[in-house]
Amino acid sequence: MSDFPHTPPKQSWTFSNDVNAEIRRAAATGIYDIRGGGSKRRLPHFDDLLFLGASISRYPLEGYREKCATDVWLGTRFAKKPIHLDIPITIAGMSFGALSGPAKEALGRGASAAGTSTTTGDGGMTEEERGHSKSLVYQYLPSRYGMNPDDLRRADAIEVVVGQGAKPGGGGMLLGQKISDRVAMMRNLPKGIDQRSACRHPDWTGPDDLEIKILEIREITDWEKPIYIKIGGARPYYDTALAVKAGADVVVLDGMQGGTAATQDVFIENVGMPILACIPQAVKALQDLGMHRKVQLIVSGGIRTGADVAKAMALGADAVAIGTAALVALGDNDPALESEYRKLGTTAGAYDDWHEGKDPAGITTQDPELYGRFDPILGGRRLKNYLKVMTLEAQTIARACGKNHLHNLEPEDLCSLTLEAAAMAGVPVAGTNWIPGRGGF
Amino acid sequence: MQTFDLEAQGLRALNSALHNVKGQSNETAWEVVNPKGSHAIAVGVDAPVDITVRGSTGYYCAGMNKQATIRVKGSAGPGVAENMMSGTVIIDGDASQYAGATGRGGLLVIKGNASSRCGISMKGINIVVHGNIGHMSAFMAQSGNLVVLGDAGEALGDSLYEAGLFVRGSVKSLGADCIEKEMRPEHIALLADLLKQGEADHLAKPSEFKRYGSARKLYTFNIDNASSY
Ligand SMILES: Cc1cc2nc3c(=O)[nH]c(=O)nc-3n(C[C@H](O)[C@H](O)[C@H](O)COP(=O)(O)O)c2cc1C
Repeated sequence: MSDFPHTPPKQSWTFSNDVNAEIRRAAATGIYDIRGGGSKRRLPHFDDLLFLGASISRYPLEGYREKCATDVWLGTRFAKKPIHLDIPITIAGMSFGALSGPAKEALGRGASAAGTSTTTGDGGMTEEERGHSKSLVYQYLPSRYGMNPDDLRRADAIEVVVGQGAKPGGGGMLLGQKISDRVAMMRNLPKGIDQRSACRHPDWTGPDDLEIKILEIREITDWEKPIYIKIGGARPYYDTALAVKAGADVVVLDGMQGGTAATQDVFIENVGMPILACIPQAVKALQDLGMHRKVQLIVSGGIRTGADVAKAMALGADAVAIGTAALVALGDNDPALESEYRKLGTTAGAYDDWHEGKDPAGITTQDPELYGRFDPILGGRRLKNYLKVMTLEAQTIARACGKNHLHNLEPEDLCSLTLEAAAMAGVPVAGTNWIPGRGGF
Repeated sequence: MQTFDLEAQGLRALNSALHNVKGQSNETAWEVVNPKGSHAIAVGVDAPVDITVRGSTGYYCAGMNKQATIRVKGSAGPGVAENMMSGTVIIDGDASQYAGATGRGGLLVIKGNASSRCGISMKGINIVVHGNIGHMSAFMAQSGNLVVLGDAGEALGDSLYEAGLFVRGSVKSLGADCIEKEMRPEHIALLADLLKQGEADHLAKPSEFKRYGSARKLYTFNIDNASSY
């Protein structure tokens, strides 16, 4: 009997180590897990798409000789002063409060040097950011922290935030550790309390109200500024159509991979759709209304490389936005800080307790000792480099597809590696002409 | 006195003219006729002008006001004086939802009743309502004062921060973390001043009011309060 081989230990897929660890954590603390960053699960994404490149029927452009333009106009529908960017990669809204003043400065420096825009966030506009950003988008959020007409007029565009990909339908949270004197003052709140941001705007509900709200903002700013509407990836076809109806110049669409400063893990991982599934729906809404390219579409959620940029644009976006990737470029989660991440009980690459304000890289903190370590000039230079590399990568792909502007990339340039991505992106499975849900099988 | 016919001249011309009033202008008194419930009347004004609107207004009248005194000789639609920074807005009639929402300064006086969510998310504005206010008023109100001569609807001051609430009549119910507080001499003095500014000192006495404020129990997240969040 003793020679009979016994069953090797077998872990459960359903009750994995991660799942059990979370059950134990919940049982020990009595609070749901709050964290920063975006969805960590494997999702259908741009990785599942490939470009076909040129062939006999499509000829390529000469890599280093022939022009492949990258510029983009945003806000051409109604604004007297639309924004012109050299590259179609913008910096997404990240709040002062979530990020340190020097980190905001670095975002402004890097974006301006690369010829693109930055965006404020919940918590208002800082001098660091306004001063260092050539084009600054000012967010108009449910909390209205710091909102005032002077900053509206100092902005280059205004972004009405309806939702975020990480938490469509969710509000914000900034835990007490990060409510310094300055953050508290900008938000008219007591220092050190856990501060909640509302999930819904206080003075409008529904698309008809939103249209009037936008009229008001346009009147306050004398119709000069482009008005963006940011939506989370929930019902992108209808939300895009309603945003257009409400009078948006630009729709910003954020998929579930999109980062956040602090949200419940259950929300991040279980609400909203991947950006891949959202883009074609939004583009279809714009096309159905005859507004594609007239109302510009900016997409975000897990954009990391020039290939991601090119794929998003091939699906019909006019530009993209990056949040998490910009923070990584600044130095977030750098293995050089491994010993410090270990002290916080985590490891480089996995650090996501951005809400706790203990970031050893000095980016997601309000602690002067920590943000004092962060050099905004160096950070800005790194971000500029990264943005330039992504642009070059996207151009490389576009030229290979024979395109003299990134905007000329099209779904026909793509195929999919998986059935899911093919169905979501609306491009055929590689080697077939099958688009699940649309025929060709 | 400049008279502006909104119906004939249009909204854009009105707001643009008001935005062009700067510094030492002689055009300090304006009258807007034929408002007919239009939205966004006199928004984003930033000058010490006196504007009288003869009739009722639509959404967001006097939005983001700075310095100006704006009187509505009628009723106001949703979001009147939203995010006001300074100045005074006086509504002779009633005000719809979200009156004074997110207001950061100045004084909003409503001589009739205000609907639901009056003073929602207020951040420093003072609001004096001669009549009643609707449900969910002063939701997440951060600072400033809301004075109500009549009654308050359900869930007054839900998730309140540091705003001061004074109600003379009944309160249908208090929202999460909102409690009645002691009225101390400094509150009586503050209230007397607000009643005077709000053209209501002949209508009510400070001693007739009750004060409500934050219990501050939701200021730090605690799982045992989960049902209140
Ligand atoms: C630290 C941090 C703070 C953020 N703060 C805001 C905010 O204040 N307002 C907002 O609309 N989105 C906010 N976001 C979301 C970003 O604007 C953007 O939608 C998202 O980061 C894009 O996805 P990505 O991080 O994968 O690039 C934040 C994201 C991060 C990472």
